Amino acid sequence: MRKHTLTVTVENRPGVLTRVTTLFRRRGYNIESLAVGETENPSISRITIMVMGDGKILEQVTKQLYKLVEVIKIVDITEERSVTRELVLIKIRADNNVRADIVQIVDIFRARIVDIGKNSLIIEVTGDSGKIDAIVESLKPFGVLELVRTGVIAMVRGEIK
Amino acid sequence: MQLKGAEILLRCLQEEGVDTVFGYPGGAVLPIYDALFESSIRHILVRHEQGAAHAADGYARATGKVGVCIATSGPGATNLVTGIATANMDSIPLVCFTGQVGTSLIGRDAFQEADITGITLPITKHNYLVERTEDVARTVKEAFYIARTNRPGPVVVDLPKDVMERSIDYKAGDAEINLRGYRVMKGYNSGQVITAVELIKNAKRPVIYAGGGVISSDAAGELRELAQKRKIPVTTTLMGMGAIPGNSYLNLGMLGMHGTRYANYAIGEADLLIAAGVRFDDRVTGKIETFAPHARVIHIDIDAAEIGKNVDADVPIVGQVKEVLQAINQRLEAVEQYWEWHQTIDRWKKEFPLRYGPSCEGRIMPQSVIEKICELTQGETIITTEVGQNQMWAAQYYKFKHARTFLTSGGLGTMGYGFPAAIGAKIGRPDMPVIDIAGDGSIQMNIQELATAVQYRLPVIICILNNQFLGMVRQWQGLFYGGRYSYTDVSHQPDFVKLAEAYGAVGIRVTREEELEAALQQALRETERPVILDILVEREADVYPMVPPGSSLSHMLGGDEI
Repeated sequence: MRKHTLTVTVENRPGVLTRVTTLFRRRGYNIESLAVGETENPSISRITIMVMGDGKILEQVTKQLYKLVEVIKIVDITEERSVTRELVLIKIRADNNVRADIVQIVDIFRARIVDIGKNSLIIEVTGDSGKIDAIVESLKPFGVLELVRTGVIAMVRGEIK
Repeated sequence: MQLKGAEILLRCLQEEGVDTVFGYPGGAVLPIYDALFESSIRHILVRHEQGAAHAADGYARATGKVGVCIATSGPGATNLVTGIATANMDSIPLVCFTGQVGTSLIGRDAFQEADITGITLPITKHNYLVERTEDVARTVKEAFYIARTNRPGPVVVDLPKDVMERSIDYKAGDAEINLRGYRVMKGYNSGQVITAVELIKNAKRPVIYAGGGVISSDAAGELRELAQKRKIPVTTTLMGMGAIPGNSYLNLGMLGMHGTRYANYAIGEADLLIAAGVRFDDRVTGKIETFAPHARVIHIDIDAAEIGKNVDADVPIVGQVKEVLQAINQRLEAVEQYWEWHQTIDRWKKEFPLRYGPSCEGRIMPQSVIEKICELTQGETIITTEVGQNQMWAAQYYKFKHARTFLTSGGLGTMGYGFPAAIGAKIGRPDMPVIDIAGDGSIQMNIQELATAVQYRLPVIICILNNQFLGMVRQWQGLFYGGRYSYTDVSHQPDFVKLAEAYGAVGIRVTREEELEAALQQALRETERPVILDILVEREADVYPMVPPGSSLSHMLGGDEI
């Protein structure tokens, strides 16, 4: 069992995301993360799905997805040289005493402070899941008030073969 | 030419070659019914929308064409759901048109509004909500294309009332299919075919395991050729009945839970399994780890997702069963062989035939009813079934001669399927007698369609194997729940003879073995009216042999001695 990243190219129409997620639910596969958006071609959307499973499960997922009429292409990019990114917003408890420490962590991870409140900060981090998990761990001791993640998006490096 | 959406719809149906639809009118489909009023398309008025879906399904199975049904929005559409799910599980091509409230009302919980595309999403091959009259022609074309190609299945097209009312400028033949995510599977991997041929040539104990895919791709001829060329015994699934003649010496009958002992033993001993158009369903395999333990597996199916889903194939071949079998046949010469294998099988056939004991109550044995029907019709009939014991006995004791003559809800197991399916089959194949083998429980689930059969003068025969029980559930209660017959006694039931007569059909009660043949012959002579044969059978007869759920095929109950 390991985490796989699938990029699923679909028709950009209402209901397509429901078809994809319903398939996962019905067949009992669990989605770890999901991100969806329009591509360079406005009639096509791309869904990036992270799913746990062995080779057999992935094969079934892929074959079942291909049966959806509005699914155009599926690529498992787990083994490809690819760029994966996720964006996270973290609201953290931060009074004057600890702000300097937090800024230091933010600098180390090349994150950004995007809002300052009286007793809190919002930090924006972009990166792969490893980096994000690391900064979240480092910030936890200060008190995480709110956290939201976009889900992973991914792209294979180099020109399209 | 200025045409309303509803008129465009009917023109498109005609372009698809549709001459018959099954349906039930209602508020949201008024424009469609107004257009049907003067159309040359024949509309069969059912008495419940579920009947329309099953009748369209029976029509499709019997003819090989796409079945079409129409229902109104809301409850009309939801009443189709069981029929759609039935077709989906058995891969039957249907296009179901549902009315929908006007586009401006969608999402506002309007009167008779139901989100039918949402509801049917997991039980259709694909579905559409048509939002513009301009999209009607293309959508209909795509719906039929999707329903009948690759692995067939049901497609729902939801049609809002205003989309059907509005007129637009329409030119026939302008609509084009636009499906970049859907490719029709052509050809096959010829390297795999060569590997399969080598395995067949070297096999000592091969078995063909044939399923519904053989029927739906019209490959019974190719399958019989392969079996005869190499003298390979054939076992069929419930859905594969008719793939090989029931009286052929190569026929092993059905395998699985209520399969013959010799079919299941053959699977246990086989060194090669040629699985054609099958999906290794749990009712077939029993305990999957011990299924065909000594066999290499050649798995031929149009649906790549079926290959490796339940059982790993040594030689997976994705393609039309018909095309693949043709390719295999071309590379094989006819031989006389497997005499040892045939000897073993013949011994099993002699030792463990299908058999049943005499009645304990002096009643007719249900199995003998099927044998009698078989004797009188000689395979030249279409048999439909309800679900339960009636279905299993029909599969075990009727010797099917042709493909598309056994219509049964295999996957979903829908009680109430058989009678409306028989109506659809009779309309599609008026040249064939059509007999619904029913139970007294199942038949009551769509009994209202008697009015339909009487109205259209359809001489469909319903044989109720009346044991006043929900027999299959009672059988399981007897075997696995200590004989506690919880709510399976349905002896409080209508007088089926009077019921038939009340509808204007013929009703005949059969209580003694001697009356059976004359009653069946009278029913078969009827040309204008449906007939109910209320046959009082042994109340507690069980279906044997039986593989208990979750057990290996080699572990069978009953059928060795009675």
